[in-house]
Amino acid sequence: MKVMTMAATAVLALGLTNAQADPVKVGMITTLSGGGAGLGIDVRDGFLLAVKQSGNSDIEVIVEDDQRKPDVAVQLADKMVQSDKVDVMTGIVWSNLAMAVIPSVTAQGKFYLSPNAGPSALAGKGCHPNYFNVAWQNDNLHEGAGAYANFADMKKSFILAPNYPAGKDALTGYKRFYKGELAGEIYTKLGQTDYAAELAQIRASGADSVFFFLPGGMGISFLKQYKDSGIDLPVVGPAFSFDQGILQAVGDAALGVKNTSQWSKDIANETNKAFVESFQAEYGRLPSLYASQGFDTANLLLSAMAKADVSDADAFREALEEANFKSTRGNFRFGPNHHPIQDIHVREVIKEGDVYTNKIIGTALTSHADAYWAECDM
Amino acid sequence: MSLILLIEQILNGLQFGIMLFLMAAGLTLIFGVMGLINLAHGSLYMIGAFCAAAVAGLTGSFLLGLIAALAGAALAGALVELVVIRRLYRKDHLDQVLATFALILIFSEGTRWLFGSFPLFLDVPDYLSGPITLPGGIQYPLYRLALIVIGLAVGLGLYLLISKTRLGVQIRAGENDREMIAALGIDIAKLYTIVFALGAALAGFAGALVGAIQSVQVGMGEPVLIMAFVVIVIGGIGSIKGALIGALLVGLTDTLGGIFLPEVMKLFFDPSTATSVGSSLASMAIYVLMAAVLVLKPAGLFGARA
Repeated sequence: MKVMTMAATAVLALGLTNAQADPVKVGMITTLSGGGAGLGIDVRDGFLLAVKQSGNSDIEVIVEDDQRKPDVAVQLADKMVQSDKVDVMTGIVWSNLAMAVIPSVTAQGKFYLSPNAGPSALAGKGCHPNYFNVAWQNDNLHEGAGAYANFADMKKSFILAPNYPAGKDALTGYKRFYKGELAGEIYTKLGQTDYAAELAQIRASGADSVFFFLPGGMGISFLKQYKDSGIDLPVVGPAFSFDQGILQAVGDAALGVKNTSQWSKDIANETNKAFVESFQAEYGRLPSLYASQGFDTANLLLSAMAKADVSDADAFREALEEANFKSTRGNFRFGPNHHPIQDIHVREVIKEGDVYTNKIIGTALTSHADAYWAECDM
Repeated sequence: MSLILLIEQILNGLQFGIMLFLMAAGLTLIFGVMGLINLAHGSLYMIGAFCAAAVAGLTGSFLLGLIAALAGAALAGALVELVVIRRLYRKDHLDQVLATFALILIFSEGTRWLFGSFPLFLDVPDYLSGPITLPGGIQYPLYRLALIVIGLAVGLGLYLLISKTRLGVQIRAGENDREMIAALGIDIAKLYTIVFALGAALAGFAGALVGAIQSVQVGMGEPVLIMAFVVIVIGGIGSIKGALIGALLVGLTDTLGGIFLPEVMKLFFDPSTATSVGSSLASMAIYVLMAAVLVLKPAGLFGARA
């Protein structure tokens, strides 16, 4: 009895008004080893930073490494749902892994909050009441790039992306907004590191601009080889090839390139400012957009936990839908298919002292929703 | 498709093939002489690139970086041979595969521990950067041209080493009959260490050269390793000549397949389906080539044993 009174006093003292008792168990599957590890590590660090800052001890996070392999991710998800009995899952970076895991997780009545991958298949007909995407629908940043290309008067773009779900979403997204004609369209191999053949095609195509979506190491290789090829056309792309983690490895080859992002470290709001400072203090490096997405995902979850008990799925879902948290992006709300409605900014790669980073130069799309919500029926 | 574009793509295929040759030569040498399947060859490629990036970053000299890559990878190779591989010669191939797979994981996580998860910076030196104009008005990156020349020079050096020097005689003898050369008083253990270090140095050298135009990151070696295995299976396991021909075939097939298959598909489909079907077919092209070679010559093009 005494213990209970003390606990109640403690809760009151902390100013927590929720009646929640059961802790929420979160299963995070993300890429922590191999080629794409930098992305997963940023998602994890952003997420854990938000949990730490909340001081909420009712949340338990289990982190596992999917090694960027769909089969490993599926096994881990089964283990987390069946033996760890998690309530909420999150963490997956890659769309092909997301497609392998998310439908089965949500079908088993668990919540999935995506901190990155947003394949079109899960935004339209395949949407699910328990699936929320806190980052973007895959097409969004590319749609922003297409809108920017019109603004920058690009009339003949050469476009390329890897041959996997997010790559196809990328080119579809760009073409949805881009009004000019195409000088060429190529799907490269996922994980390809040599782009000599593609660069020769770009040179011969008579294009006036290049749009590419090559996340992680692929983008580093492409940009270095692009610079070395002597092709002198303006380049535009989504933020994934210009995030904080890889810019230092690209170096001068990225300077001045325009890229589109829902987040940037110089978005002026208190949450973002505090996030950038605390992330830097905690981990000794600048955050990337992946880190901001992990941070926002955790804060969304925490906001729902403050309102509803996770065992009451309907109330918890409603609490998530409200998205009543302070996003690092400023404006943030969910559309009817549980995907974000948000601004897409245009950034330019600059050098601050010795560090390559991005600065916002404009907004490509305001309060932008994805193109698939009408197909979603839930 | 213009002639200029075609020539440029053939050069690209050659350059890719030559770099594959550096990887495959070490792999095939180690298999031929020592009968060892070394899955960790890709890790040595990565070690070379990381050594080069670290030293070039510190000193600002690409040349010193290359030397560091050669030395670092050779050293790592010799160490691995002395500590791990030496215990595996008498075991069967499954044990070797398991042990060298473990080495991949150890090297990958070790590198991550030392350098972090984010890619490193390594750039083409100023004197080799930018394009030059070849006869006929072809614009081609100078660095890639240099890669072709360096690769051919290394190939020539390797040929001379194996056919003209005393070490080469021992290596060839070791390939044919290792008991006999041990009986003749050659220190076979030392020979094995040298061969392994040589193979490792070639892989590290390739890693550093390629790292300058690609991304220096953990796990960069494994995709190349798979290609290198395809090369030595096509060329015939144990044959340096086979590795060279196989590497050029794979390089050209992969590059030209990636260009022409989507173009061919455009005759049958709309452009966007054609690019996606064509690129899928192109990624299969080298494996189809491998299967075809194996049907015609089960031991590979220059394989001694079936």
